Amino acid sequence: MSKARSAYSISGKKEKFDTHIIVVWVDNEAGVLARIAGLFSGRGYNIESLAVAEVDKKLNISRITIVTTGTPQVVNQIRLQLKKLVPVHNVADFKREDKRVIFKEMALLKIVGKNEKRDKALKACKKFNPVILDKTNKSFVIQITALRREIDKMIVDLKKFGLVSVSRTGAVAMTRGAEIFK
Amino acid sequence: MSKLYTGAEIVFKCLEDQGVDFIFGYPGGAVLPIYDELKNHKSIKHILARHEQGAGHAAEGYARSSGKPGIVLVTSGPGATNVVTALTDAYMDSVPLVCISGQVPTHLIGTDAFQECDTTGITRPCTKHNWLVKDIKDLAKTIHKAFEVATTGRPGPVLVDIPKDIQFNKFSYSKLKKQKKINGKTHNFYTQTNIDELIKLIKKSKKPIIYSGGGVINSGLEASKLLREFVNATGFPITSTLQGLGAYPGDDSQFLGMLGMHGTYEANNAMHGCDLMINVGARFDDRITGKIDEFSPKSKKVHIDIDPSSINKNVKVDLAIVGDVASVLKNTIKKLKKQKPNFSNSNKSNISKWWEQIQKWRSINSLAYINSEESIKPQYAVQRLYELTKNKDTFITTEVGQHQMWAAQHYKFDKPNRWMTSGGLGTMGYGLPAAVGVQIANPNKLVIDIAGEASVLMTMQEMSTAVQYSLPIKIFILNNEYMGMVRQWQELLHDKNYSESYTAALPDFVKLAEAYGCVGIRAKTPEELDDKIIEMINTDRPVIFDCLVDKVENCFPMIPSGKPHNQMLLGPKDQKENKITGKGKTLV
Repeated sequence: MSKARSAYSISGKKEKFDTHIIVVWVDNEAGVLARIAGLFSGRGYNIESLAVAEVDKKLNISRITIVTTGTPQVVNQIRLQLKKLVPVHNVADFKREDKRVIFKEMALLKIVGKNEKRDKALKACKKFNPVILDKTNKSFVIQITALRREIDKMIVDLKKFGLVSVSRTGAVAMTRGAEIFK
Repeated sequence: MSKLYTGAEIVFKCLEDQGVDFIFGYPGGAVLPIYDELKNHKSIKHILARHEQGAGHAAEGYARSSGKPGIVLVTSGPGATNVVTALTDAYMDSVPLVCISGQVPTHLIGTDAFQECDTTGITRPCTKHNWLVKDIKDLAKTIHKAFEVATTGRPGPVLVDIPKDIQFNKFSYSKLKKQKKINGKTHNFYTQTNIDELIKLIKKSKKPIIYSGGGVINSGLEASKLLREFVNATGFPITSTLQGLGAYPGDDSQFLGMLGMHGTYEANNAMHGCDLMINVGARFDDRITGKIDEFSPKSKKVHIDIDPSSINKNVKVDLAIVGDVASVLKNTIKKLKKQKPNFSNSNKSNISKWWEQIQKWRSINSLAYINSEESIKPQYAVQRLYELTKNKDTFITTEVGQHQMWAAQHYKFDKPNRWMTSGGLGTMGYGLPAAVGVQIANPNKLVIDIAGEASVLMTMQEMSTAVQYSLPIKIFILNNEYMGMVRQWQELLHDKNYSESYTAALPDFVKLAEAYGCVGIRAKTPEELDDKIIEMINTDRPVIFDCLVDKVENCFPMIPSGKPHNQMLLGPKDQKENKITGKGKTLV
């Protein structure tokens, strides 16, 4: 009996969690985001980030990019459950490691401090296409685009150069080459 | 310019176009325009429930026994929140419901107006889809789409929330057009290769079992016919889930009875020991699988289901066939007959050992119980009820608990749509209002709610509905004064600490029946039981039958929580030797 698990348990084996990026095309209508988010929370799936905006005004389609983690079984469920929703047109699912897909996230970083520190901060961002969007004699607002984990790292690194505020978009994804998501 | 109709008129135009003949509902401020319009539509009859939950369950009973969607009409705020239980129940058990709810006028939405609630927000997780209609132009389109969503694919409940001003606004009405599949979604995704693989497995198997579920019933009468044909053509044993009962005749020799937590010894052991499991329209629910790591360890599993998300959700399967059960079975039978015209005979020797093993399990007679001459054993009561009603085309609903399992074990169904029970959500109080709906759909049939005294009190007010519409439903209460299943679990898992599971101060059900204007009958001894049941059957009015049964009888056999199929508790004697300990206690 000591080995017994819940009648509700899915599997005795601890399976590895993978990070997946799920792209969902939906009708841009009231409540659609709540349906997607509610499906995730209701069924106990993770959302690490979520980016959504209308991409086709004529057809009224929004594209949602969700970063999630789960066992292969759970990720498969997420995909199938999403597909069942009435306003969902299509679902694509990729592992983060997938080489055929580009993932990018944008972040706005506010740096407050002396000139010297601010310049160091800017330098540190160099790899990630920094754009200075706002500049005063006390502060910078820098825009960078990078991978999630790169931004994670930047946030830690820039603390010492006077990073006071971060705003991030969540990852968006696009296939490489001429192919498009199916 | 075409004729203009009010929103309320459009609602009825849509319902008429959809062939609706009954609505179950309860009026209120925000649906008054719709109720006002009712008088102009003679083909649609409104059944006034006594609580919106009752209206919802009645619609479920109607839907399940007729195969048509059930229609519910409720007001805003509390009307909508009261129907949530029924919607969730329908969602879990895949029952097609279309719920129309009133909403405060659009300009008041979001102001915390009187009887306002976020209906679409609240019902989002318990419907297949819901809509808030904010423009009269969308109303007809939305209602028709609602019917389509509710009834296609895996059926389920939908809700259309209509603000009061929309009900007054005017617009033209366009007749129902057969729409294309929603977002291009079709339901049959399987290929001929899938069928070929299935047939290969069928031919190879030495220890096969067919495990059928509610999907067969939902697929329609044709599916039940095909299932019988399939079982016949293969010669395989078949077991059924709670929801699937009736799809295959309960008294047939190839039928092993129900499986799962309170299933038969032979069904569960056959599931555990098989080498091929063919799941036809069931969903590997946790009440069925028991401990999942040890669930049927040596079998190839085939899953036929219309819902792609059911595949590999709980149990990984070797062959998934996504499609309508009827279509898949039809194809399989056709192919099998073409390849092996006389398969069930030619394959007999291949599976004869398996059948011998099954007979051995069968001989344990796991549904046996120790009868008594003094007190009515609940199992005996159900058996007598079955014997005395089996020659009529009887419809059975149940509440939730021990009586539900006893009904499933001892009442043998031979037709689909005759068994209405809350399986997924396990809603106490389902059976009485469901019986109301079943009787509406089947006016001259015998409809019995096999009930527990605790469950039935949750929706007892619906007796008033039954009396109002002269629905001669029979409420057959197995009265043990306990919430029996709770008591049983407390006995097995919580050292007989019967915390709050005894109901003191129960009403006198016979007097209660009289108060409602129906007939009350009480049976106290096994001796008088038959006569009283016959009296009940012969009464052409609603009856509350108070059957006083043994108070401490437990429901066996049982797979204790956390145990696999081959470790069942068979009865009171077995229970002592096989005590549930440790972690098993924490499970549900």
